[in-house]
Amino acid sequence: MSRDELPGWRSIAIGSVIPEPATARKYRTGDWRVFRPVIDLDKCIGCLLCWIYCPDASIQQSDRKVKVDYDYCKGCGICAEECPVKAIAMVEEA
Amino acid sequence: MEKMKVVGLSGDQIAAYAAKQCRVDVVSAYPITPQTIIVEEYSNYVANGEVDTEFICVESEHSAMSACIGASLTGARVFTATSSQGLALMHEMLYIASGLRCPIVMCVVNRALSAPINIHCDHSDMMGSRDCGWIQVFAENAQEVYDWVIQAFKIAEDREVLLPMAVNLDGFTISHALEDIRVLEDGAVDEFLPEREAVYRLDPDNPILVGPLVLPDYYFEFKVQQEEAMRKAAEKIGEVTREYYEYSSRKYAPIDPFNVEGANTALIAMGSTAGMLRTVARQLEREGKRVAVIKLWLYRPFPGDELIKLVEDMESLIVLDRTLSFGAPVGPLCSDVIAALYNAGRCDIRVANAVYGLGGRDLTPAEVEELSMKALKMAETKMVDKRMEFIGVRE
Amino acid sequence: MVTLRELPVEELFGPGHRLCAGCGPAISMRMLTKAFRGPTVVTNATGCVEVASSIYPFNAWGVPWVHTAFENAAATASGIEAGFKALRRKGKLERNVDVIAIGGDGGTFDIGIQALSGALERGHDFVYLCYDNEAYMNTGIQRSGATPHGAATTTSPAGSKIPGKPEWKKDLIGICIAHGIDYAATASIAYWNDYVTKVRKAIEVDGPAVVHVLAPCPLGWRSEPKDTIKIAKLAVQTRFFPIYEYDKGTYRLSIKVPNPKPVEEFLKLQGRFRHLFQPEFADEIRKIQDYVDRNYERIAKLSGEP
Repeated sequence: MSRDELPGWRSIAIGSVIPEPATARKYRTGDWRVFRPVIDLDKCIGCLLCWIYCPDASIQQSDRKVKVDYDYCKGCGICAEECPVKAIAMVEEA
Repeated sequence: MEKMKVVGLSGDQIAAYAAKQCRVDVVSAYPITPQTIIVEEYSNYVANGEVDTEFICVESEHSAMSACIGASLTGARVFTATSSQGLALMHEMLYIASGLRCPIVMCVVNRALSAPINIHCDHSDMMGSRDCGWIQVFAENAQEVYDWVIQAFKIAEDREVLLPMAVNLDGFTISHALEDIRVLEDGAVDEFLPEREAVYRLDPDNPILVGPLVLPDYYFEFKVQQEEAMRKAAEKIGEVTREYYEYSSRKYAPIDPFNVEGANTALIAMGSTAGMLRTVARQLEREGKRVAVIKLWLYRPFPGDELIKLVEDMESLIVLDRTLSFGAPVGPLCSDVIAALYNAGRCDIRVANAVYGLGGRDLTPAEVEELSMKALKMAETKMVDKRMEFIGVRE
Repeated sequence: MVTLRELPVEELFGPGHRLCAGCGPAISMRMLTKAFRGPTVVTNATGCVEVASSIYPFNAWGVPWVHTAFENAAATASGIEAGFKALRRKGKLERNVDVIAIGGDGGTFDIGIQALSGALERGHDFVYLCYDNEAYMNTGIQRSGATPHGAATTTSPAGSKIPGKPEWKKDLIGICIAHGIDYAATASIAYWNDYVTKVRKAIEVDGPAVVHVLAPCPLGWRSEPKDTIKIAKLAVQTRFFPIYEYDKGTYRLSIKVPNPKPVEEFLKLQGRFRHLFQPEFADEIRKIQDYVDRNYERIAKLSGEP
């Protein structure tokens, strides 16, 4: 967005307050990624270690154990490294 | 007046008394001469259960202001006080208080800055932080300290202002001198100053973020918002002082003029010095020499338009600065006066600067008389022979 | 102790923050928020987490959050706590609000230690969380009072004469305990359960409590992003970073390491210690091992371990 398209001082909250929570969800960090984690759900035991160790809250709990939110995953590979059953592979982005 | 009573207190004591009447929620402060009496007095109120205030005895002025900011962001009404080195140590946080739009009220008991260390009055402490985004007023005596503290909360907390405000009082001259002060009844203060209603506050039900990293894409916009708030403050000060008059019968304004009508010259000053300037002016008046005395109550936002109205028929001005801006053409107050004149196209009015009173040095009536004569001569000759001089300094 | 399934699914330190890939402090923040017990306000000292989670207009937090400056998280927290206390007493606020102050090691060990000391001494009811990545990473890897001996940073570089930082790490928890507070603990992001349990315990303490969590930084430790948890675990398994708690006068070694791995196992995965593996600095590793052994034994002894 060019500078002139951003809101002016009259229309933004005073004192640099961000009046709502979690607006960073609009900022997709997924494009930082070089390798993507791919989960083999047949191997996955649903232990959730990948979920708790993810720095980017990009592993989500789901009906089918866990899934990756690629909008935010930066591809660090911690999930693959820490998976006790090696169910996660890091695959180079196309 | 029925809403009024008289108390005999010092400037520091009355500052604490005013804060008490304003039903302050949090006080966070650190002792420093000559402000210490304020925190001692408030501690007594707390110890005796006279106030319902959280009093935080912090370990430094930096933390004092940090805690004030934290408390203010919860929606609480917050008061503090400091002086000299303490204000200097707060410097970083002063900008953060105004940038985060925290309507904190602080008494600054003006004192010289080190080195060499000196505990007596001058204005270099506040002038060192004059661009910190705080509304700044200077009181002439303890009565004015009382009146300004009460008005300050109402100005600072106004939804269209939301800026912190400093009430300056000269160290020792005002802080330690006992005066008879007319105070409002508690109920009158309650009526004049309702509870604070915060625009944004830390509320778990509405999670906001305060104090983000703001990059070049937005930073400038927030600074312009602050400047706009200063403009609003100028308007609100008019409204609040008019309303306060209804309660107190004491009339405040950005400027307190004396003998302006028919004068072709004036001395301009802030703080306790103004009283002596008026005394000398009265003496000169008896000798048929008319010199106006213009005392600025308000320093930020600078009341340039009001000042121009008062001096428009004058030929010359002498501005008294109780601080030195090393290497600058003139002292800070004089610099502002010259800028206001220039902006109004009044470069024809001659201005000289008198730097006085550093580190508590007395300004004598004889010196003021000499300054007045110089001002009159400037008006007559339309010449300034010495733009800036130091009053009462040994060569 | 809890199980992972019992932890809240809601992300209060959410995605979209701009901390590095594999960031230890980011993990420490997510785990921290999973220990919150109810209405909570966070104040954050200047640092990596502060900067990367609050780039206007993007807010990575799901709770009210404030940043004021670098050296004053504990002082700001004092004010927040006092403000809520006053408002609650006056009936203007109904609920109790937990106050958490967060600082990195620079903001805690160095520039913020005075404000922390003051707040602990005054006894405010808050939790101070220090995420320790052992240097000023936000400004580009400068040494802090928390940087371990021998680590290379940009202000303690590994030169031909001086092999990295000559000084040893400051004992933060010892300093905090000396204030007479009820609860202080170390933790590691590799041991999530111990960490989350300790944060909750700290929140439940009536008064100040401190949690010091080691959070590896791939950028500054010059390690692989994928190895963050592995390195955090090795810091514990080599006894490099003992995990213990102090609870009202009693020390407890939370994670006992009866058969420690040699400290090299921890050091060798990190570029900041690479120079120590040159033959001329072999003695440095021995010194670090000695220090690590003595420090662990000191804490074990305090904890009444044989």
